Amino acid sequence: MSLETEFYFPSLGLYWIIIVLMMIGFYIVIAHGNLVKKIVGLNVFQVSVFLLFITMGKVLGGTAPILKEGVSTYSNPLPHVLILTAIVVGVATTALGLALVVRVREAFGTVEEDDICALENDA
Amino acid sequence: MTFTGLAIALLHNLFAVVMLSSIFSLLGAAVYVALDAVDVAFTEAAVGAGIATVLMLGTLALTTSDEKPARPLQVLSALIVVTGTGMVLIYGTLDMPDFGDPAAPIHNHVAPRYLGASGEEIGIPNVVTSVLASYRGYDTLGEVFVVFTAAAGVLAILGRGRRPKRRPKRKQNMKEISS
Repeated sequence: MSLETEFYFPSLGLYWIIIVLMMIGFYIVIAHGNLVKKIVGLNVFQVSVFLLFITMGKVLGGTAPILKEGVSTYSNPLPHVLILTAIVVGVATTALGLALVVRVREAFGTVEEDDICALENDA
Repeated sequence: MTFTGLAIALLHNLFAVVMLSSIFSLLGAAVYVALDAVDVAFTEAAVGAGIATVLMLGTLALTTSDEKPARPLQVLSALIVVTGTGMVLIYGTLDMPDFGDPAAPIHNHVAPRYLGASGEEIGIPNVVTSVLASYRGYDTLGEVFVVFTAAAGVLAILGRGRRPKRRPKRKQNMKEISS
């Protein structure tokens, strides 16, 4: 039982590190008023979600899923495929968000959420 | 990586933040290699650390490079929300299979078939490529559509907003110069 718990801690600890990263990203998104920084926070969150997927696809003792003679254990290729797609889509959304930030800056002259709200209330 | 993330959260100079996010992506790519996902690491290093950084630097050039510090009340409430969510997520991981456990459900669904049959069916040693391009080709098609939509969106947002704004400015400049 004690052996099992010793094995348990580091294995789940990896997920916990990822969750800490995720929460840092979440914190940046909700605590900061600057729109560029919000998008950076969103990226941090995104990368940690990718890490969570890739972590689940790992098999201990396995190797990268490239078929080769004499290798029988591979890590799961399916999460890799899904995350490849997700990375590209993530950059597409980042580009769209940054374009919106530039547009907001043109319209309001600021990228701070508070200033934008104040301007909206004045108008 | 965690330290880089914390530094991103604490710094107020946006240029430093963008550079740190690039480093963050690069560290992520290293972790992907360690976790056997070499294709993902390639993409992350090229796209996440490269293109995204260029896009953000471009945005910084068009906007400001410093942010105002957050209000204390906002920080406090955000910390509470974040801690709560983190606790719930950690509670959720308690039910997850061990890291690297070959008996986990994720490894016993379609993955064995991909690994076993794709070499003969597709003829490419890289399983990730054959799954991406063949078994899940429609996903990749959808991805292309998403990228196209995003590109069209960026052009629609930036292209329309600027042209009418710049022209009068140029005319004003011309008037200033001529007068």
